[in-house]
Amino acid sequence: MGKPMRIRAKAANGETTVRALMAHIMEGGQRKDSSGNRIPAHHITDVTASHNGKTVLTAQWGSAVSQNPFLAFTFKGGAAGEKLAISWKDNKGDSRTDEVTIS
Amino acid sequence: MKRKLALVAVLASSVMGLAHANDVEAGIAQYREMLQDGNPAELFEMAGEELWTTPRGPKNATMEKCDLGKGPGVVAAAFVELPRYFADTGRVQDLESRIVTCMVSLQGFDEAKILKTGYAKGEQANVRDMATYVAGASRELKINVPQDHQKEREMYEVGKRLFFMRSGPHDFACATCHAEDNKRIRLQGLPNLTGNPGDGIGFAAWPAYRVGNGQMWPMQKRLNDCYRQQRFPEPKFASDATIALGVYMGVNAKDAKSIAPAIKR
Repeated sequence: MGKPMRIRAKAANGETTVRALMAHIMEGGQRKDSSGNRIPAHHITDVTASHNGKTVLTAQWGSAVSQNPFLAFTFKGGAAGEKLAISWKDNKGDSRTDEVTIS
Repeated sequence: MKRKLALVAVLASSVMGLAHANDVEAGIAQYREMLQDGNPAELFEMAGEELWTTPRGPKNATMEKCDLGKGPGVVAAAFVELPRYFADTGRVQDLESRIVTCMVSLQGFDEAKILKTGYAKGEQANVRDMATYVAGASRELKINVPQDHQKEREMYEVGKRLFFMRSGPHDFACATCHAEDNKRIRLQGLPNLTGNPGDGIGFAAWPAYRVGNGQMWPMQKRLNDCYRQQRFPEPKFASDATIALGVYMGVNAKDAKSIAPAIKR
């Protein structure tokens, strides 16, 4: 289970704006340590956001996304009080899901 | 269009307190405003809150009885009144040294070991996270470092002398860079710390997340790096010298709004 995310979701004018901050080292896999050995890749590969159980966003991430990624997006629909969940999976099999109530 | 107007409005009333209409400063402030939205400092804040309420250490206790100056267990608004004098230790302490005191007395951790541990390693990483959490609990409050106790006033004077003391291989002092208005190094503005540089500037901007290296820096780390930049010998973690500088800057910044935990270049 990965580290907790910070998610804010706000509904206005028939749209919901979501801002999520994920805690992840996002090691690209190309860096070398002080002994010259390559540091293995360790980063989020898939992100899914769902509203009331229905998927509203999917993303496939690679080595270019930086540490502690911040994801902001808007989707049509959603109202205050409804649930918004974001999950991620990384290349080492770790994952995390956090759910918030839309405000 | 709405977003552009919002950005302009935000710039105009920026908590960065831009006293001088410097284009470079304005651009940097705009960049910072956009970064505020996803400030990774919040992740450290969340981790710190969890550490605060989790039983840990040889005594398997939480930090919830820690006295940060406003009574045991009171975290809200404690940050803006630090550093201050503590009767139980008989010394003026800043946030991080007080967190270590509580980790030792409440949780049974080894003080010498924590003080020797490098930044972001072992228990120091937890001190950093908890400092970020406590600082966040004073968000937007006014800096109000006390000067009621004799020792607090002494530390202010010690801090002042250290601030102006030129030393090290480059004959530097804090004052060399931080004692005049409207100065900058390359594109980094240098706040005048001999007075109140304004809301969210200088003392009122740390702990902060450094985007450039992805690190969360509490005040002790910031002062350590100030000394590194001047090529001074490395100060001991939570030494009286660093705490005295905190008192000097904090008292000078009275009533400035704290924006900690903030985000930096």
